[in-house]
Amino acid sequence: MSTTADDATGQAHGERRRGAFSSRRVFILAAIGSAVGLGNIWRFPYVAYENGGGAFLVPYLVALLTAGLPFLLLDYAIGHRHRGSAPLSFARLRRGTEGLGWWQVAICFVIAVYYAAVVAWALRYTFFSLDKAWGSDPEAFFFGDFLQAGDVRITTDVVPGVLLPLALVWLGVLAIMALGVQRGIGAVSLVFIPVLVLAFIALVVQALMLPGSGAGLDALFTPDWSALTSASVWAAAFGQIFFSLSIGFGIMITYASYVGRREDMIGSGLVVGFSNSGFELLAGIGVFAALGFMAQAGGVGVDEVAGGGIGLAFIAFPTIISEAPAGALLGVLFFGSLVIAGITSLVSVIEVVISAVRDKFDTSRLTATLAVGIPAALLSLVLFSTTSGIYVLDVVDHFVNQYGILVVALVSMLVVVWAIRALSGLGDHLNVHGRPRVGATWRVLTSVVAPLGLAVVLVLSLRDDLGAPYGDYPSWLLVTFGWIMVVALPVLGFLLGRLPWRPGTHLDGPPPGSDPTAPLHPTATPADVHDEGDHR
Amino acid sequence: MSTIAIVMMLVAMVVIWGGLALSVISLVRHGNVEERTEAPRRDL
Repeated sequence: MSTTADDATGQAHGERRRGAFSSRRVFILAAIGSAVGLGNIWRFPYVAYENGGGAFLVPYLVALLTAGLPFLLLDYAIGHRHRGSAPLSFARLRRGTEGLGWWQVAICFVIAVYYAAVVAWALRYTFFSLDKAWGSDPEAFFFGDFLQAGDVRITTDVVPGVLLPLALVWLGVLAIMALGVQRGIGAVSLVFIPVLVLAFIALVVQALMLPGSGAGLDALFTPDWSALTSASVWAAAFGQIFFSLSIGFGIMITYASYVGRREDMIGSGLVVGFSNSGFELLAGIGVFAALGFMAQAGGVGVDEVAGGGIGLAFIAFPTIISEAPAGALLGVLFFGSLVIAGITSLVSVIEVVISAVRDKFDTSRLTATLAVGIPAALLSLVLFSTTSGIYVLDVVDHFVNQYGILVVALVSMLVVVWAIRALSGLGDHLNVHGRPRVGATWRVLTSVVAPLGLAVVLVLSLRDDLGAPYGDYPSWLLVTFGWIMVVALPVLGFLLGRLPWRPGTHLDGPPPGSDPTAPLHPTATPADVHDEGDHR
Repeated sequence: MSTIAIVMMLVAMVVIWGGLALSVISLVRHGNVEERTEAPRRDL
């Protein structure tokens, strides 16, 4: 005979087996670690500069408040209420939607494979900074000496200078993952996030002391109010908020499932959202102060040196480091920050996959880590430690972001809000212990504004890609690593969703005891739930 | 730096970092909801 006591015992066992964060603080730091990544440092400053400078603040804040935070809370509600990885949470939400979760898992797997390579580059450049190994021509050094990039073709010519740091990154990350949710991800977040913030504050202070820094900040913050009438500027703001918050592709669902049932997920979400934007602002100040120095040293305008992405990090910054007083310190702080921000984001992406494998196949933490990590690491090493790695990485990154994350987020949101109409129940769940409460405004923002914002970003991106080949790459590269990949991911996701769950898995609705108002079983205190120690 | 750039930088700092400070204060004031461990209800 089934009793609620039995259910609660089973639930407590399940939560012990999955692992959990020991406190809300650890969860918030881990979520910030996931949200704050390479994009905060090298994407936001240039996007803001290119889209109205100081005026960009208006669409940026509107996007944060009307789409970013509401969507973040939706992700939290799904994971926190259904206590599972993305596929399990969706299966519990409605059986037929499990494939959405696996689609998100597949996207995370792809991201992990290439993201590790960029972290490895940053790791190598942290050491290059000490003796300014790039010499007088950082661009030639990056593409030639370091990546040894040749013609755009797929090769198997391994670059040892990339292979070794990449292998090291994977070893470190897999060790973190094997340690578990609290002892691995939680412990790393507790140390890395404060270090990252301190390192970046030191970098900003140093950058502000450089001659010409004022001109850089002037370029970043001088508003171009006419930009506010441009649809592309608003789309850029929604895109920046969306990409930098790690929402819509399983990460926040997974992390929220590791949080105590009675935690305030709304308040936590606000802290995470504003922390992410706060770090972006800090990055903008540091990066443009340094670019102002670079412009003055070169006797050119800031507009001639401003840039983002890989060019900013691995070409512009080495130039700045070479010319700045105490440049080595600036380099270690900058590339060290990239490594730390990259690793905390990378572990969150891999955790989505590991968590899903554990839930579906009832494996131990170690087995799932190896089952996911070894193929991912091998694929990463094969694709990105060769002389063609940079091209494949650029294409995969563009397509998985624009048509992987964006589409799965939009589809998931539409399904949850409009197809299965789960929004009301999820809002009620958040409100049990959450403050400030979410109500009709949140429902409108989540069901109309956020999907509309995502759809506009998607349409504009699609228009650009159909108008001209991305990056002027050859069609075969864009088709193989771009279009085919983004079409294959949902197909793979829905196939994985057809596989049977391990016996005894609770599906169809939130698991017993997941109601935050329900009492916990005496055996399930926060203290004994927070670390799995399950290394069967 | 021009005056308008300084003003916009300060506005950005106040809004974003101020928003962060307010959300942290709100979360701390709301406080933890203690996990109760009373005996579960038994529905036979």
